[in-house]
Amino acid sequence: MTEKGQILNRIRLALKTNAPRPGHPAPAQVKNPGGSHHPPSPGEPRNWLPKVGESVEEHRTLFARNAAELKADFHWLDSLEDARKLLNDMASREVWQKVATHAGECTSPLCSTLPCKVLTLSPGYDRNELESCNAGISECDFLVAQTGTVALTNQSAGGRALSVLPPHHIVLARKHQLLADLPAAFAGLRQKYGDNFPTMISLITGPSRTGDIERILVLGAHGPKKLTILAF
Amino acid sequence: MSFASEFRNRARVVASNLRHRQIIRTALGNYETARDRRKATYQDWQGARQLAAETKWEAINHLDHYLLDFSTRLEARGTKVHWASNASQAREIILAIVQEKQARSVIKSKAMTAEEIHLNEALEKAGLKVVESDLGELIVQLRRETPYHIVFPSMHLTREEISALFEKELGSAPTLDPEELTMIARRVLRGKYLTADIGITGGNFAVAETGMVSITENEGNARLTAALPKTMITLLGIEKIIPRLDDLALFLPMLATMGAGQALTGYNTLYGGPRQPGELDGPEEWHVVLLDNHRTELLADGEQRDALHCIRCGACLNVCPIFRNVGGHTYGTTYSGPIGSVITPHLRGLQDWKHLSGASSLCGACTETCPVKIDLHHHLLQNRRNAAQERPDNLEEAAFGVFGWLTRRPAAWKTVRFILQKIQPLTRQFQKKPWHPAKPWTQTRDLPVIPSESFRDWWKNRPKTSKHD
Repeated sequence: MTEKGQILNRIRLALKTNAPRPGHPAPAQVKNPGGSHHPPSPGEPRNWLPKVGESVEEHRTLFARNAAELKADFHWLDSLEDARKLLNDMASREVWQKVATHAGECTSPLCSTLPCKVLTLSPGYDRNELESCNAGISECDFLVAQTGTVALTNQSAGGRALSVLPPHHIVLARKHQLLADLPAAFAGLRQKYGDNFPTMISLITGPSRTGDIERILVLGAHGPKKLTILAF
Repeated sequence: MSFASEFRNRARVVASNLRHRQIIRTALGNYETARDRRKATYQDWQGARQLAAETKWEAINHLDHYLLDFSTRLEARGTKVHWASNASQAREIILAIVQEKQARSVIKSKAMTAEEIHLNEALEKAGLKVVESDLGELIVQLRRETPYHIVFPSMHLTREEISALFEKELGSAPTLDPEELTMIARRVLRGKYLTADIGITGGNFAVAETGMVSITENEGNARLTAALPKTMITLLGIEKIIPRLDDLALFLPMLATMGAGQALTGYNTLYGGPRQPGELDGPEEWHVVLLDNHRTELLADGEQRDALHCIRCGACLNVCPIFRNVGGHTYGTTYSGPIGSVITPHLRGLQDWKHLSGASSLCGACTETCPVKIDLHHHLLQNRRNAAQERPDNLEEAAFGVFGWLTRRPAAWKTVRFILQKIQPLTRQFQKKPWHPAKPWTQTRDLPVIPSESFRDWWKNRPKTSKHD
């Protein structure tokens, strides 16, 4: 028999003994363990997770507060033109030589007017060139107010490396992409991709960080030192 | 020397090391503040725990079903799934992949399962260069040590020690600035990501419903490990299963809260396959290795099955008075603290590791803090019981037999008490001798003095002042 078969057999044999359900000290009356198929979740995470408020205004305030605590820059802008101005200012202030981005409905118009070289990633791009860029500019799927998180995939945000290899990651989002909480984000991903999920979904919460030296917070451990989020 | 006496010897040394105590107390003090602040933001933390426990119960008690779902869905998108019954099979599978690719260098992101199967040693023996990319793991790798803590591998070290280590091993200039030290590691590792042939990761959750592995990290090192090398290998314990994608909406924030007092960890990333046609980058091949290594034996123990619910947040280590005093290395195990004391006897042999069941004050702090409600301190008691049933301690049984015999015979009890009370002052001088039968107690404490009057006599003779008597 294959190892797979042997392991599954051992599991089935082991599961013939019942285990008490959590919070129930006596062995539970489990009928036919191994028989159920994706039963509904025994509760709703939303009942227990931190509160988020109802209105967009509340979500915006919460996201801004979380972003500030995470040391991420968050800008709630009136228009694409405001985003363009902010990006161009950033480019001159941080003296960008070259930035990387991907083709997209926000990235393309905004990056075309940047006062520096722009590397638009295409299959087979040179990773050393990406590594040498001052910033990576990507779109995203959602912003999550509850935790100050950017949810993106390798489909929406230019592959796996763009959002984590350059020292500064800039996220472009439309205002309607701001969601209340994590359950909403997973529901949104499901709705957007159906059964055909991209091979990477990343929930990014603040710039790269470590506390491995005396538990002191340092930003930019391996990923970006800076995370800037523009919503317009 | 037995594992038990090694444990006792190391514990004795570390417990009296005041500097160690200071470092751990500071680090965990900060952790507690952050954790409590975060917990307070939940509408109902206890409700969240119950839901998390029930969700893991559901996964573990239908493990065969969910594992099949998980592997079928991974394979459907071109991932190669391997099954390993034990550590040596897992090492062989990984070595075979590495050799087939004629790989020379491996970049690794933190994985406790890799520690469990001693993967680095095996890879290095095969002539590969293995680099740990998590900062804490890199530090302990350079020191040729095992991780001190499952979440904070280098928490026992000061910046001075880390600076000296980097100076010696990486040739960097000495600095006491944690940021500069981090940047040294960043610079060194950048090149490794770009050139490594193989990336190896662990995983925090295996989502059955969608066939995805969720990896939690703060640094971005796992993101890079899963993005740049041509071949990616992920090593997972079979207990990592959760049923549904949406379950992560609960587990990710709870893991972050209990692991490090965060709302959400920096990067929580789900991988569903190798690079697909039309995708910009990512590994050409992805191998997922599912590891049993005695987990099915623990599964067969209905009483302690919930130990497989563990999400490796490290919260029970952080609150454990034993862990805080003896430190992580004293255990001599991959998994330390209360959860390690519970599962190690199952993974590595009850008789060899039963002493860990005694490494507890049974205060229950671990059980109270566990986000998935593992009944940790009762499991320690059950391990004690099982160990004694399997191999009874005859001396101890005889001693209790004599004690029981005496307590049922007042005259004999009185006589023995009288004799012991008379000779006790004479034995006092032998208290610290290595052959003293009560040595574990008398080494650091005095034996209580047997009083001249028994309780029974005192009760009979006590002055009767109250009219209620």
